[in-house]
Amino acid sequence: MMVALRQSLQQSSVRSLNSVCLLMIIAALLALPFADFRIYSVDPWSELSRIGMGLLLPGWQQPLSLLQAIVHTIAFALLAVAIAAPLGLLLAMVFRWRVVRLFCAAVRSVHELFWGLIFMQLYGISALTGLLAILVPFTGMFAKVFAEIFEQQSNTPAQTLPQAAPALARYVYTLIPQSLPALLSYTRYRFECALRSSAILGFIGLPTLGFHLESAFKQGYYSEAGALLWAFLLLIASIRYWLRPRLLPLYLLAAIWALPETVGFSSGGSLWRFISEDIWPTPLLQGDWPALAEWGAEMWQRQVWPGLLQTLLLTQVAVVLTGVVILLTYPLASRSLAGPWMRWPGRFLLLALRSAPEMVLAYIFLLLFGPSGLPVVLALALHNGGLIAFLVANASDAEEASRTRRPDDPTGLKRYAYVETPRRFPALLALLFYRWEVILRESAIMGLLGVATLGFFIDSAFEEIRYDRAMLLIVVGALLNMVVDTVSRRLRRSFAVAPV
Amino acid sequence: MTEDALLFRLTGVSHSYGEQPVLHGIDLCVRRGEKLALLGPSGAGKSTLLNLLYEQRPGECALQPQGGALVELLSVYHNIFMGGLDRVGTLASLWNLVRPLPAARRDITAMAHQLGLEEKLWHSVDRLSGGQRQRVAIGRALYRQQPIYLGDEPVSSLDPLQAQLLLSHVLAQHETAVVSLHNRRLALENFDRVVVLRDGRICCDSPAAALSSEQLDAWYLQASSPDGHPVAGTTDDDSWVIRTS
Repeated sequence: MMVALRQSLQQSSVRSLNSVCLLMIIAALLALPFADFRIYSVDPWSELSRIGMGLLLPGWQQPLSLLQAIVHTIAFALLAVAIAAPLGLLLAMVFRWRVVRLFCAAVRSVHELFWGLIFMQLYGISALTGLLAILVPFTGMFAKVFAEIFEQQSNTPAQTLPQAAPALARYVYTLIPQSLPALLSYTRYRFECALRSSAILGFIGLPTLGFHLESAFKQGYYSEAGALLWAFLLLIASIRYWLRPRLLPLYLLAAIWALPETVGFSSGGSLWRFISEDIWPTPLLQGDWPALAEWGAEMWQRQVWPGLLQTLLLTQVAVVLTGVVILLTYPLASRSLAGPWMRWPGRFLLLALRSAPEMVLAYIFLLLFGPSGLPVVLALALHNGGLIAFLVANASDAEEASRTRRPDDPTGLKRYAYVETPRRFPALLALLFYRWEVILRESAIMGLLGVATLGFFIDSAFEEIRYDRAMLLIVVGALLNMVVDTVSRRLRRSFAVAPV
Repeated sequence: MTEDALLFRLTGVSHSYGEQPVLHGIDLCVRRGEKLALLGPSGAGKSTLLNLLYEQRPGECALQPQGGALVELLSVYHNIFMGGLDRVGTLASLWNLVRPLPAARRDITAMAHQLGLEEKLWHSVDRLSGGQRQRVAIGRALYRQQPIYLGDEPVSSLDPLQAQLLLSHVLAQHETAVVSLHNRRLALENFDRVVVLRDGRICCDSPAAALSSEQLDAWYLQASSPDGHPVAGTTDDDSWVIRTS
C-alpha cells in the first residue's frame, strides 16, 4: 500500500492525501456501529448547567489544600522532566543501537497512568511512584524526539572534528549546540505535558489536582471543581511567565522539598518478587502448558479481544473527529480568517482545550452522558483537535506576517476553502498522524473511568491483584501502540511533510 | 617517488547522489608535499572530490568544508578548539565549555591574533560577518594540526589581500594541501599543481608553472561558448577573479 501511495504521490500530491483521508473516514464509519455510544444519563442538560455554573462561579473553601495540590502537581512534573530530559539526551546519543530504540519504544508505549498503577503495587501511593510514572515514559519520548532532532542537523561540523575525538565530546561540541533551540523548545512543551500527566495521576490516588477534581465532582461540589479547572488552565497558560531558566535550580530544590510523603502502605512490595513471580500466570510458573493455553484462551476471549477492539474502534472515530474539530476551530483563531481582534476568543478556546487533560474532559462528559464511548471520543477529539488547531492557526499567522498579502486574495469562507485550508492541510494531516498513537494510548486508559477499553480490564486486574492479567493486557496495549506508531510514521513519510 | 609518498589515489572513480551523477571516471594521485589547487565552475564536483579524498585518510586531514561548518551557538574560541578535541580527554573537553583550559586558551588567543579575531574571541559565531566566520573555520583547520589540508573555497569571503596572506599561511602550516578555489591568480601563485574539473571530469591536470590565466579562463568559458574560444573582454581589470558564467 505504501508503495502505491508513494507512486500516486508523484502523480498528484492532493490525490494521495485525499485517499489517505478517505480511508481513515471509511474506517471510522465502519467502526461507528460496533463502538458503544449509548447515552446512559437521563438528563444531561441539568448536569451540564450545574457544571457551567461551577465554572462561572468557582469557589474554594480551603485555599491551602488547593495550593498544596498545585504545588504537588508542579513538583512531580518538574522533577520528572528534570530527570527524564538528561536521560533521554544520553539515550538519544546511542539511539542507533537497536536495543536502545526498542527499549524507548517499549517504555513510551505504556501510558503514564499504567506506569503509575504498576509502580503503585511496588511503592504505594508515594512520591517515588508519581515521579517514576512520569519519568519512565517521558525518557523514552525524549530519547526518540531528541534523536530525530539530531538527525535533522547538518553533519558538516562533525566532519571537521578529529576522528579520534571522544564520542561524548563530539556531541557536546557539535550536535547539542547546533540543535539547542529545538531541544529546549521541545523540553518546554514536554513540561506542559508533564503537568497534565501529573494532574491526572490524581485519578489513581496521588495527591495532585486530579485527585481533588475527582472528589469534587463525585461529591457534586461543582464550584470547587470549577476552581480547580481554572487553576489548572492558568497554571498552563502562565508557564512562560514563571518558568525562568535562572530560577530553575531554586524551583528544583523547592520541588524536592515539596514532594508529598508516602501514604498508604509504605513497606513497598518486593520488586524482585513482583518481576519474578507476580506478573507471570501461575500455570506458566508451574510449567502446566495445557492450563496456560486455557488461561490464554480465556483471557483473549473475555478481556484482550473485547478491550482491544473497543480501544481501536474508539481511536479510529476519535482521530477522524479530531480532524473535524481542527477544520472547524482553527479559523476561529487565525488572523487572516477571524481578524486581528476576533481571533482572541478563538485562541482562548483552543488554549483551554489544549490545556485540559483528556482524562478530565472525558470525566466531565462522563457525568453528562454516562460511561460509554461517547465521552471518550468527544474528549479526545476536543483536546487533540484544540492542540493541533492552535498550531495550525499559528502557522497561518506566521505566513500572514511573513509574506506581503495579495490585494486580490479572497476573503471569508472563500479564503478558508481556497487558500488557508489547502495550504495548511499537509502539515495538519502530519500532526494528526503524530497524535494517532497518543490518541490510542489515551483511549486505552479511558478504561479507568469505566469505559470498556483495555484500561478498564487493566484497572480491574490490578484491583483484583491479578498482576499476571494486568501485565498481559499492558503488553498487548504496548504492542498495539508500537504498530500504530510504525504505520503512522510510514504514512507521514509517504507524504513527506515535516510537522510544523 | 616511492609508493609511500603517495597519499591519495583515485582510479576511475565515479560518484552520484541518488540518481544525480556528480563525478565520472576520476583518476587522481596526490603525493606527499604537493600543493594542489582544484578549479572549475560551480557544480563541477569539486566538493564531492574533496570529500572522497577526505574519506581515504580521515585521520590525517584537516578538512575545511564550504561554509565553514561552524556551530552557531559556540564562541569563536570553542569553534577553533573543536579542531583539537582528540588532544584532550572527555572530561577536560566538557570542562573547557565552562572554563577554557589555560594551555588551549593561550594557543588559541595567539592564533586569533594572527587571524584578526582577537576582539571577537568570546563572541558566538552567529554574530560574525562572512569573512570573520571564514577566518574562524581556517582557525579550526589550523588547530587540527594535521599534515594534510583539504579546503573547499576556504578564502572565498575574504578581501584579496587577506585571502593571499591567509592562504599562504595555511599552505605553509601543512605539508600537503588540496584546495578548491575560484580565484585563478591565487591558484597560480600559491600552488605547484592545478587540476580543473568540469561536469564531473578532470579536464586539465598540470604543473602551475605551465599554465597561464588565459588558459585557465578557457576551461571556464567553454561552458558558455561551445566552440571553446575565450570570449573577448576578459581583460586585466578583473584578473584575480575567474568568471563562472
